[in-house]
Amino acid sequence: MQASSIDIVWNGRASRMRRRRLVIGSLLTLVVLLFALTLMLGQTFTPPGEVLRVLFGEEVQGASFTVGQLRLPRAVLAVLTGLSFGLGGAAFQIMLRNPLASPDIIGINLGASAAAVFAIVVLQMNGPAVSVFAVVAALGVAMAIYGLSFRDGVAGTRLILIGIGVAAMLESFIAYTLSRAPAWSLQEAMRWLAGSLNGTQTSQTLPLLVALFLFGGLLLSRARDLDTLRLGDDTAAALGTNVAATRIIVMIAAVGVIAVATAVAGPVSFVAFLAGSIAARLVGGNGSILLPAALLGAVLVMLADYAGQFLLPSRYPVGVVTGALGAPYLIYLIIRVNRSGGSL
Amino acid sequence: MTTGAEGMRLLWLATVIAGLTLLLGLSVAVGTRSVGWSDVVAALGGASGTIDQAAVTVRIPRTLLAGAAGAALGLAGAIMQGVTRNPLADPGILGVNLGASLAVVVGVAWFGITSSQAFIWVAILGAGVTAVFVYTIGSLGRGGATPLKLALAGVATSIAFASLVVAIILPRADIAGGIQSWRIGGVGGATFGAIGEVTPFLVGGVLLALLSARRLNSLALGDEIATGLGERVALARATAALSAILLCGATTAVCGPIGFVGLVVPHLCRLLVGVDHRWLLPFAALAGACLLLAADVMGRIIARPNELEVGVVTAFIGAPFFIWIVRRQRVREL
Repeated sequence: MQASSIDIVWNGRASRMRRRRLVIGSLLTLVVLLFALTLMLGQTFTPPGEVLRVLFGEEVQGASFTVGQLRLPRAVLAVLTGLSFGLGGAAFQIMLRNPLASPDIIGINLGASAAAVFAIVVLQMNGPAVSVFAVVAALGVAMAIYGLSFRDGVAGTRLILIGIGVAAMLESFIAYTLSRAPAWSLQEAMRWLAGSLNGTQTSQTLPLLVALFLFGGLLLSRARDLDTLRLGDDTAAALGTNVAATRIIVMIAAVGVIAVATAVAGPVSFVAFLAGSIAARLVGGNGSILLPAALLGAVLVMLADYAGQFLLPSRYPVGVVTGALGAPYLIYLIIRVNRSGGSL
Repeated sequence: MTTGAEGMRLLWLATVIAGLTLLLGLSVAVGTRSVGWSDVVAALGGASGTIDQAAVTVRIPRTLLAGAAGAALGLAGAIMQGVTRNPLADPGILGVNLGASLAVVVGVAWFGITSSQAFIWVAILGAGVTAVFVYTIGSLGRGGATPLKLALAGVATSIAFASLVVAIILPRADIAGGIQSWRIGGVGGATFGAIGEVTPFLVGGVLLALLSARRLNSLALGDEIATGLGERVALARATAALSAILLCGATTAVCGPIGFVGLVVPHLCRLLVGVDHRWLLPFAALAGACLLLAADVMGRIIARPNELEVGVVTAFIGAPFFIWIVRRQRVREL
């Protein structure tokens, strides 16, 4: 009897691990596949052989420019922003135990946006300086929201509502800044606010890559502690997690990836929200959702960017496509949660 | 005791009316362009010979619209808070304003509506459908429509609708310019024609609202007691909700979605005149007019030489207030 119950536990565990590995494996394949497809497809079709030759640095007539200069930076940026938004969004959702607590809903993306608009329009900054400014400001906004919702502990719903209030103010601030903007920087700020991968340059991907390595690595190294937070603060502490330290590190790292991605690509709406909550359903409580959510984010951004460029009747920036996708899902989520009677 | 409370209420009423008069005057006299008093008086008399007088002439319909819209939103907020017994209710937070916007944007982009009469009908339709939708979502599941479930359903619907609005108008360069300025919520483009068209709807909404004041008082005691007092609860709710929908829909059709007025005003008014809806509703209308006029005047001054839409200013005033109310709610409810 003893041996068989151990077997049952062991088998259950193995099958859960299999499911998670299966999800990660298929998502990874999907990312690679989509990446290859975006390099080949566009206004014209480039055969895989030519794409490979361009990637290995050969000069190919007709393909070097389209693939090397146009499609490659754009695809790389799509993957990196998707990974960043997915990772940061999932970290927030796990930490606050609530799918609505994603940075794009509680105003953290808007904090980065407001800072970036302010930096572009008023301080006349450009390039990496804007990113740094956006990160610092987004961190400030995150701390403010957290602090304002702190009263006998942080309740998820209260934090979300307060975040939405803060978001309304930040939106007003953006509108105010734009209303005072001279025409030349207004153009730049507006293009950026739409959340677009248009006109991507290779130099833009560097800060994103660095942030992803630094903050993303930090997040993944804390994945286990983060997961114990899902059981509640007391249980997590009993399991040996330093709750306060984990919260602070996770918050800094998640805001870091999100803010850098926002500063480079603009606020691509709902990717963080969608990636985290869909990944949670795919994996289904079997281990950390950080990695699947990141991969899912990359898939979403690449698909939405491709659809926005070529599949729809007119060209949409990626943020609009993800926004239109996320809206019905958000309402569906509220309905599902309310009907099952659980608090969010 | 009663006479004392009554006296205080009359005093506050006089104060609010005095404030409203002052703000009406300020809204005509103050703007991005500084105008001398003699020109203001001349323009009020109908003269528009100089540029200054012309500037004032433009401000007159704008002032009227700001007052009317503020009154409608304040009243709608007070009714919504009464009907749902929810301190977080507000036409903006419950998504009703954005529902009206989405309906108008869809109408303009896909069905080619152009007349402002059609704008108003479509907006009222959108507001009504959204109100029912949000209330249904918010009352699903255990515990019915608790304040926070309702607020969450409303803001989620707002966020979702806002992103759909962007998705619809962005590729349409032909309509984007006009809608973009309307979408933020402003009273800058007011004309007497637009005011005239929206007036019947606003008057209808106000009459319905004042008729339901007594019923809202019974509803505040809870459904069981209200039924015990002989109130037909469903009918009372429906009438009051209809008046709120008429008011917000019509206002949104002309001004675009203006948030937070309906949240802040009833709370302040309750502090001043208490919870009796027969006093609260007229007071909320007057105070709403004051708030929106003040926000509009502020928007003209702080962003000189440009103007700031009134919706932006009200968000700055209202959002901190919203946060304060959310913080006050007990943890148990969250």
